[in-house]
Amino acid sequence: MILKGTAIKYGDNVDTDVIIPARYLNTSDPKELAAHCMEDIDKDFAKKIKPGDIIVADNNFGCGSSREHAPIAIKYSGISCVVAKSFARIFYRNAINTGLPIIETDAVIENGDELEIDLSAGKITNLTKGVTDTFPPFPEFLQGIIDAGGLMNAMKTMP
Amino acid sequence: MKMTATQKILAAHCGKESVAAGDMIMADLDLVLANDITAPVAINEYRKAGCDNIFDCERVALVMDHFTPNKDIKAAEQCKMVREFAAEKDIPNFFDTGEVGVEHALLPERGMVTAGDLIIGADSHTCTYGALGAFSTGVGSTDMAVGMAYGKAWLRVPSAISFVLHGKPSKWVSGKDVILHIIGKIGVDGALYKSMEFSGDGVKNLSVDDRLCICNMAIEAGAKNGIFPVDEQTIDFLTVVGAKEPKAYYADEDDVYDDVMDIDLSQIKPCVAFPHLPENVKTFDEFGDIKIDQVVIGSCTNGRLSDFVQAAEILKGKKVAKGVRVLIIPATPKIYLDAMKLGLLEIFINAGCTVSAPTCGPCLGGHMGILAKGERCVATTNRNFVGRMGDPGSEVYLASPAVAAASALAGKIASPESMV
Ligand code: SF4
Repeated sequence: MILKGTAIKYGDNVDTDVIIPARYLNTSDPKELAAHCMEDIDKDFAKKIKPGDIIVADNNFGCGSSREHAPIAIKYSGISCVVAKSFARIFYRNAINTGLPIIETDAVIENGDELEIDLSAGKITNLTKGVTDTFPPFPEFLQGIIDAGGLMNAMKTMP
Repeated sequence: MKMTATQKILAAHCGKESVAAGDMIMADLDLVLANDITAPVAINEYRKAGCDNIFDCERVALVMDHFTPNKDIKAAEQCKMVREFAAEKDIPNFFDTGEVGVEHALLPERGMVTAGDLIIGADSHTCTYGALGAFSTGVGSTDMAVGMAYGKAWLRVPSAISFVLHGKPSKWVSGKDVILHIIGKIGVDGALYKSMEFSGDGVKNLSVDDRLCICNMAIEAGAKNGIFPVDEQTIDFLTVVGAKEPKAYYADEDDVYDDVMDIDLSQIKPCVAFPHLPENVKTFDEFGDIKIDQVVIGSCTNGRLSDFVQAAEILKGKKVAKGVRVLIIPATPKIYLDAMKLGLLEIFINAGCTVSAPTCGPCLGGHMGILAKGERCVATTNRNFVGRMGDPGSEVYLASPAVAAASALAGKIASPESMV
């Protein structure tokens, strides 16, 4: 799958409380969650993003709570992929389980850069900078979950 | 093959002789947990996938602790949905209103967790039960849905950092200071994807409550789990609460670890994590006067009986500073009752504190004790992220119950040593 979009850049330790504040967790409606995505660190997030845009961050993206509302809010806000130097572990598994594409890479990316990501080939191209980096594929087991369209589906065919 | 304690528990739950860091496994679960925020999402996933079966009704726990007593109509609807699901599926361990407590205080207290168990919970602080020698870790709602239906979870086997504890902490130093000290050293991603395994002759100088508090915050260092060795205190605790037969696992040798850190408990001082990360840890000689508006003593980190005993020792016969709102939130009905019997609630109320029913409440900015813009709170909770307890312009300072109580009296962040 090839994804294309503009980078929206954040720093280290973007936590789940800013991705979707707890005050909105009294609902599990994806559209409502998406409307409040990132609002505590980026008030205009929901307004400014275009479908396909890509969140880019430094280390430990998604640290904090186990709320699956976080990847759900991101996914339904129109973001196509999250690219970070590293992910917090529960966010990582929630993204895999719910089918939000994520990539771990040290590639140098700035806010506003145009990116093209080839998930299956493991390639991320910064069209603005004209640089292509590679990223390691997921372990086979996780790729299986992704290919099945999430964990619930994958379980149906697992031994 | 040599293994860490965590790896041994994982191997035992996937039918393998041994596992190694990086292996992907499908593990059998002893207990699956969710709360009023994560269970509705899990139930949606469960239904969407056309599931019908629950792997074992006795081994599912649904705890309505976050936005309860229901803070608004939407919260009420979420709880109603979970309540109906529990009734439909005959899940006995559904905890609501008079029976409910903050999940990670409630499950150990009810004997639902034992050493050697493998537990997942759709709540990041599920790692708390490592204090009792279990492997437990936080997952998401889809994992929870799969756990309920199949009794299984996928896990990547973690490597580990060893924390060897020596010595005895001084009077006003608790498990909270120990874990804040460690997170201050290694950072909020210092143990990312790894286990934090505790050992050493200092372990015996930490109560089970201290250990629960320490493992609770393993996630705040990015860890998959924290785990203590099983000793006499663990066995006593498990016996009193009527838990299943414990199985103790110990790491083979020190060389199974990525890293070994020696920690001298006698050198740790009372400390505070400044906004907005649990790693911004300072001791009292590193900052000046910081005026506060609110104090919260409670949560799955520090809402246990020993926490209130400590706070009461400082607050007894005194009055909290004018203008400071102090909330006392016993984590479970039993803790509430025990605190009442010991006369602690009377001490708190006479000192000018508010005592609340068990709930997560302000810990996650849910309800009861929300901060306005510019307000500061000293809390015994575990997270001080932007907006965690209310307005994004408010601030949370994490500390022990003793520091929180001393601060309540002083009206500014204060060390217990300076107040008694
Ligand atoms: S007390 Fe706070 S950290 Fe603990 S389970 Fe409740 S919201 Fe989460």
